[in-house]
Amino acid sequence: MDLPLGGVCKAGESRKLETGKWRSFRPVVDKAKCIKCGRCAEFCPDSCMEIKEDGAEVNLYYCKGCLICMRECPVDAITKEVEEK
Amino acid sequence: MKGKTAILEGSRAVAEAVRACRPDVISVYPITPQTHILEDLARFVSSGKLKSQFVRADSEFSAASIVYGASAAGARAYTASASQGLLLMNEVIYAMASTRLPVVLTAVNRAISAPITIQPDHQDTMSLRDTGALQIHVESMQEAYDAHVQSFRIAEDPDVQLPLMVCMDGWVISHSYEPVTVFPDEAVAEFAGSFTPVQKLDPSNPLTYGAYADQDVLMEYRYAMMIAQEKAKDKIRSVTKEYREVFGNFDGDLLDTHCTEEAEVVLVAMGSMVSTIRAAVDELRSEGRKVGLIKVRTFRPFPRDEIIAACGKAPVVAVLDKSLSVNSGGILATEVKSAFYGGSSQPVIVPFIAGLGGKEVNRRVIKEIVDIASRAAEKQGAQETVWMGLDRSFFS
Repeated sequence: MDLPLGGVCKAGESRKLETGKWRSFRPVVDKAKCIKCGRCAEFCPDSCMEIKEDGAEVNLYYCKGCLICMRECPVDAITKEVEEK
Repeated sequence: MKGKTAILEGSRAVAEAVRACRPDVISVYPITPQTHILEDLARFVSSGKLKSQFVRADSEFSAASIVYGASAAGARAYTASASQGLLLMNEVIYAMASTRLPVVLTAVNRAISAPITIQPDHQDTMSLRDTGALQIHVESMQEAYDAHVQSFRIAEDPDVQLPLMVCMDGWVISHSYEPVTVFPDEAVAEFAGSFTPVQKLDPSNPLTYGAYADQDVLMEYRYAMMIAQEKAKDKIRSVTKEYREVFGNFDGDLLDTHCTEEAEVVLVAMGSMVSTIRAAVDELRSEGRKVGLIKVRTFRPFPRDEIIAACGKAPVVAVLDKSLSVNSGGILATEVKSAFYGGSSQPVIVPFIAGLGGKEVNRRVIKEIVDIASRAAEKQGAQETVWMGLDRSFFS
């Protein structure tokens, strides 16, 4: 690995950082309950929620497992599961 | 080269040098006793004598941040401050140094509150000694001018790439008048060259400054600054040598010595106090006293080997400090003692606190220091710090 002068790096390098590794709990979406309101996507601090045709989908590469989505879901469509390492 | 000699205020001498080095961006917030530099530069810009972008800021933190951004964008950038203003810049100066931005900063030394004072000592710049910025301490108006002409090239060298602080005592240098030789702007501009950044902010090739790092590389970045400061030693030597060749008179590089040959007591000091010591040493030498002087020009990088060599076989070394690490002692003295540790020659090193908060240090005080240091030589081992002019009646 090189050590770039002053820690300056190319913009966009954080895309490579797999923050999903930090997770203790994983949000699980019950798509049958999901009403696609988009509230979870609005509140997700890491923009990991995407509202698709069949409901909300979590990007587990970046999701840190804060579970704000679960707390904010108005129809309790999101639950948590312990992340097995 | 022939210059023009005029009676100049120290601040004006600095402004003349900075103008001729043609910084692209200047951002300074006024604070006593730095303000005259800011005023002179602002006048140069408004009259068209200097084509810099002059950015007014709402605080020293902002001024430092503005020159940080300018330097990251590839501009030659300059700022100045003093005392509390330097403390407010502290966080940004750490960032400048570690992201390797070669901003030149004039530090007009002034004591730190409380009690609030505008008198000079070195507590402000000593508080910034661990930032990674280079520190050059000057003793006269002429040296303030010379050091600024040299500063941009040293800081901007690809092997160095660190902020550089030119430190000059408030009032004694910033507001006093003395004959100063100023060289033609074109010659100075040629000497100072232009800034060719190793990398810079560019919308077509975006970079991240201030990225996150974990335990795997943070220590490595600190070590990289250790290497850069060591390399700065060679750069300072070569730039001062070239300055002598181009412009004539200039003494010293990392340090300067005066009458150290066969000296029995060597005084070590920085800043304007050095001029007073020179005069005292000359008087003492004419009386047959074997006294010498080492002026530490670059506190960072610290010239440890050069100090040891310059002390030679002197049995006694007296270190004069205008700053204090509370419960430890004078900061320069601590570093000088550390330089000698483990070496083959071990002089008796006597630390003096002299001139804190602008307390008078004249030739009489210097001679008293020499007498105290000479007597101390009889007692081996660690020496207690001597506080010159301390009114002990408050503590009895």
